[in-house]
Amino acid sequence: MEMQEFIPIDNFCRQHGIEISFISSLQEFGLIEVMKVEEAECIPLSQLVEAEKIVRLHGDLEINLEGIDVITHLLQKVKDMQTEIQILKNRLRLYEVTI
Amino acid sequence: MPFVDYYEILGVNKNATEEDIKKAYRKLARKLHPDVNPNDKEANKKFQQINEANEVLSDPAKKKKYDQYGENWEHGEEYEKAKQARGRSANTGGQQFSGGFEGEDFSDFFGSMFGGSTGGGRSRQTKFRGQDFNSELQLTVRDAFTTQARIVTINGKNIRITIPAGVENGQTIKLKGYGGKGVNGGPDGDLYITFSIANDAQFKRAGNDLYTTVNLELFTAVLGGEITVDTMDGKIKLKIKPATQNGTKTRVKEKGFPVYKKEGQYGDLYVTYQIQIPTNLTDKQKELFVQLAALSQ
Repeated sequence: MEMQEFIPIDNFCRQHGIEISFISSLQEFGLIEVMKVEEAECIPLSQLVEAEKIVRLHGDLEINLEGIDVITHLLQKVKDMQTEIQILKNRLRLYEVTI
Repeated sequence: MPFVDYYEILGVNKNATEEDIKKAYRKLARKLHPDVNPNDKEANKKFQQINEANEVLSDPAKKKKYDQYGENWEHGEEYEKAKQARGRSANTGGQQFSGGFEGEDFSDFFGSMFGGSTGGGRSRQTKFRGQDFNSELQLTVRDAFTTQARIVTINGKNIRITIPAGVENGQTIKLKGYGGKGVNGGPDGDLYITFSIANDAQFKRAGNDLYTTVNLELFTAVLGGEITVDTMDGKIKLKIKPATQNGTKTRVKEKGFPVYKKEGQYGDLYVTYQIQIPTNLTDKQKELFVQLAALSQ
């Protein structure tokens, strides 16, 4: 049986010193997914890293949710392009001469 | 231990006001924050430097000490006093960012002058996960052909890892929980290992396919025959059709590279024939070639 772990939102907010309404806004923006587990609203463990990153961007750099949405989208694009560059580099190695 | 010019790091002059320093720091932090520069070691290093610079320049007591003794920190009575006062200085509220970045410790210069990071900023309380570690592992193409067990040493700790056959050059694997220790009871960070696979002289790899070039005698190319070719896991026999041209490429199914994490699946091997023109012909051979040429006209 696959076990899925969840972090209760109030616990997460307490740890990071943020308001629960902030998480609701993130959900409205489609930045994270919130699930109900036994009546408690939770963040799936798989989204914890992303949620923490958003909290840092918001807290450290004072970036609003629109900005975070743009950054997240662009970072994904950068990641996709880096992957593509790596694939192309590996293909180019075919034509490199090994001494 | 070299002197660290905190003003230069933040791009401000020595007469900069508190507001100027804060502004410069925030601008650089937005640019270099680890969350917007994932896996960028250079940005991480610079972020660490600006954090350190801000820790000093945004704290009036530290700034005063730095301005007074900075460049001559190794000498003077005052410096010695500062050294003795290690650990007693209090952070007066200079903001320091979190970010889960690598190499969180401050420089040796900072340590000698102020006795290490005094912490206490917002990030120190809110930081949750331990820092992620990045490491690079060198492999040969032949190493990557089979599943490997390796021991890597990260921060003095030996970690035994299994590298599945078929791993790609530049591919990164994550080892959950093998990064830095979590803060305030948070989970440990992760260890990212990136593989650097050196080219092989005999086999070139493109994804799961392998490419190799073999020499073919002129006579075999003209008349056809059978040759033995090396693959990554042994030798195979290939039939050569009569009148095979130079540069002809043939595909040998499932003799390429193993598909990552798909046991029993392999890519293909592409063999290119390079026809060898005979040199140092005997008189008899030359004569026969002349006859052959005459017949062909």
